Amino acid sequence: MADYSWPEADRRAQIGARPARLDGPVKSTGFAKYPSDQNPPGLLAARILTCPHAHARIAGIDVSAAEAMPGVRVVQVIQGEGAEIQWAGDEIAAVAAETEDIARDAVRAIRVDYEVLPHFVTEEDRDRAPGASAAGERTEGDPDAAFAAAHRTVERTLGMPQMAHMCLEPHGQVCSWDGDELEVHASTQAVSTLAGQFATELGVPASQVRIRTEYMGGGFGSKFSPDRWGIVGAELAREAGAPVKLFLERDQEVTVAGSRPSAFACIRAAADEQGKLVAWDSDSWGSGGLPGTGQTPLPYVFSRVPNRRLRHTSVPTNLAGSRAWRAPNHPQACFLTMSVLDDLADELGLDPIDFLERNLDLTGRADTYREELAIAAEMASWKERWQPRGRTREGAVQRGLGVSIHTWGGRGHSSNCDVTVHPDGAVEARIGSQDIGTGTRTIVGQVLAETFGLELDQVKVSLGDNVYPQSGPSGGSSTVGGVTASTRRAAQDALREVLVHVAPRLEAEPERLVAEGGRVFVDGDPSRGISWREAAASIGGAPIGVQGRNPGPGRLISSGVGGVQIAEVEVDMETGVVQVERMIAVQDCGLIVNRRLAESQVYGGLIMGVGYALYEEWIPDPVSGRLLNADMEFYKLAGLVDVGSLEVHMMTGPGYEDRGVIGLGEPPVISPGAAIGNAVANAIGVRVPYLPLTPDRVLDALAGRGGPA
Amino acid sequence: MKGRRVTDDAKRSGFSRRSFLRGGAAGALSGGLAGGLLGGEAAGAAAANDADAAETVGPGAVEIELEVNGAARRLAVEPRVTLLDGLRDRLDVTGPKRVCDRGTCGACTVLEDGRPIYACSRLMIESAGRGIVTVEGLGSPDAMHDVQRAFVENDAQQCGYCTPGFVVAAAALLDRHPDPSEPEIEAGLGGNFCRCGTYKGIRDVVAGGVTGGASRG
Repeated sequence: MADYSWPEADRRAQIGARPARLDGPVKSTGFAKYPSDQNPPGLLAARILTCPHAHARIAGIDVSAAEAMPGVRVVQVIQGEGAEIQWAGDEIAAVAAETEDIARDAVRAIRVDYEVLPHFVTEEDRDRAPGASAAGERTEGDPDAAFAAAHRTVERTLGMPQMAHMCLEPHGQVCSWDGDELEVHASTQAVSTLAGQFATELGVPASQVRIRTEYMGGGFGSKFSPDRWGIVGAELAREAGAPVKLFLERDQEVTVAGSRPSAFACIRAAADEQGKLVAWDSDSWGSGGLPGTGQTPLPYVFSRVPNRRLRHTSVPTNLAGSRAWRAPNHPQACFLTMSVLDDLADELGLDPIDFLERNLDLTGRADTYREELAIAAEMASWKERWQPRGRTREGAVQRGLGVSIHTWGGRGHSSNCDVTVHPDGAVEARIGSQDIGTGTRTIVGQVLAETFGLELDQVKVSLGDNVYPQSGPSGGSSTVGGVTASTRRAAQDALREVLVHVAPRLEAEPERLVAEGGRVFVDGDPSRGISWREAAASIGGAPIGVQGRNPGPGRLISSGVGGVQIAEVEVDMETGVVQVERMIAVQDCGLIVNRRLAESQVYGGLIMGVGYALYEEWIPDPVSGRLLNADMEFYKLAGLVDVGSLEVHMMTGPGYEDRGVIGLGEPPVISPGAAIGNAVANAIGVRVPYLPLTPDRVLDALAGRGGPA
Repeated sequence: MKGRRVTDDAKRSGFSRRSFLRGGAAGALSGGLAGGLLGGEAAGAAAANDADAAETVGPGAVEIELEVNGAARRLAVEPRVTLLDGLRDRLDVTGPKRVCDRGTCGACTVLEDGRPIYACSRLMIESAGRGIVTVEGLGSPDAMHDVQRAFVENDAQQCGYCTPGFVVAAAALLDRHPDPSEPEIEAGLGGNFCRCGTYKGIRDVVAGGVTGGASRG
């Protein structure tokens, strides 16, 4: 069997280098055409009417006025008389019209009579939840005895609310029919799997559905399915006989197109006199809207605490269902666990890094964390600067440091890639993947260039189209492993075919030839070689085409990473305002393909983390059942000036790189909430139990009030 | 022209003559930001002109003319159409993005007569006779503006949907303040949001990625 591997460290020209992303120029000039930028001839605009009530039954609907409006082409009732609506923002009807303004007018002209029903939207209020369901109890060891014998115990009730994905490009698509063939320009994370889902709903063969996503404006886990608006858009286009653009309005995007489940818990944790964790008891609950939500992995990272009792209650609410949000369940589990451990360290009188180190044998990768904690502590000057909790200087503004650790899997997904070598030396890869902003296009190009010994601008990468070989959805940090493995296998196979043709000319066995620096030559004797162009010419008149697959042979990828983050904050004790001064991330992701893009992922994770730590939350109104902040004024993202100074250290070298490529998108977003929360506790001397750490919550904690979540 | 009530017939000539009269100011823009940001004088004159011209138009389509990325564009739009929607839907100028659609996120930032504005918060008819420069007007992939090149070199973009607005805002900031202070950065870029988290790269762009200001592009 052929050998598939990455080059040794001293022979890598591309892997681990820092090339700029290939699509940087088209993005920074506005020339990149996103799905929402598609304007095919004859395009109609569609808008959706949504339900204003969190729970209602449709008593009647009248679309006649809308249908009669000039410029309106199709009005479709999505949910009609008798339908029970379970969340505000659910889709009721849609209009396709000659302009978007006409479509909006028509939506306003639709009359719906609702029978309004009781609703429940306060996720933190478990005891009032009508549909709450307990998942039962899981126990390991003897937690009661362990707590009774423990040296120190802390008990905390903590939590974080639901929050939005807030993709800047809203969910949606442009649908065009040509006979019974459908083309969809979709803002999606799942180019290869979307066609089948459209086909099933529309009653056409999947082979007649084309999905195209050259660029897309953010997904973060919320863009894996066509969604109802996708199917409706295709139906409107079919009925109108014209292309239809349907992207959600911002309030719809925030309300129905993606949220992260909440997580609350009452937690007890105990340690012995040596500062070793001996017992854990958590009673957790949370909501992901109507479906409720499952249990987060507690205790996080320190999963081998010997005596554990876990209970969980799923709380359904009259809110749209949650979606996978970057590192599903992990940020919540991390915040709940690391907050309690930080409080326990304080109770024990230990430096929290010391406390974590004493318990690393309870984690799955003690060596990685130990090494990373030392590096992060050094970067933060932790030993010199960390002080126990409480007022450490004059004035209203106090400073604090906090630490957190996290883990993720990140194994490469299923992926196929076609690599073609043309007789003129041109090399290209075609892959049914998508670049959601992580740099997939660029890393596929780097693998090609590395394998054939070429420069990045000498290879071509085509993705974002389901006519290319199927590759998995971009979720769970699985893309980088999947696409680099399939591309590498195809490229190594294609190169071997080229070398067979070249071998006679160089009078050497093909196995002794290498392609580096734009040449093919005998390994160890560069003078016995020819240019890549000459080598490619030797293959004859027809190109060489090879498909590579993942999973497959060879040690190219693996899974399982660890990361450490330290936050430094300033808190104004009078106003309750928290300012992040500095974030430090030390992250492992196996073999790094593109150092610059890898660092960008980590910076991005830190920045998104500052957002959910300090600002972001869905705020449902208990009275109306609607979100009070379905916009970008009152749903606050972190701005450029809010994120402080950011420093990233990537783990490299033996012990890391030899594990192959591992995903990186999720890990860096997991720890910020916990690290920032711990830094605030360190600064002000008390735990602020609920994220985001808004001034009212900080002041409540300082006043000794638990405060509402 | 001042104070004239514009009828359907008068509108065409009225708007086109106004744009002719302003041609000198708009023409200065044709080299990207070469004309620099309009000082108080020109902006003040434009505002006074608007205040005097208490025109009533609509609700039907109004014919207007404006300059977009150096080219004169003429079209009929309803008064309620925003500059952003007009650019994107009517003129197929899709660099500016619609994200919040209410003046919060900055993804639609364009230059109007050299000044950065939110195109979602301006009616297209208000821009009649004016010069609009979008991110596409600053440079192209083969001939990038210095700020655009700096965005690439500093990896100040991921999904790229906020990038057009940030590029325009950063170009305007650097044009005014080639070496911006922290408060100037806050004022110049605080009106734009990114979701992927590219602020580190963007900060590097304005802090040192580009020197000499946007007008070098």
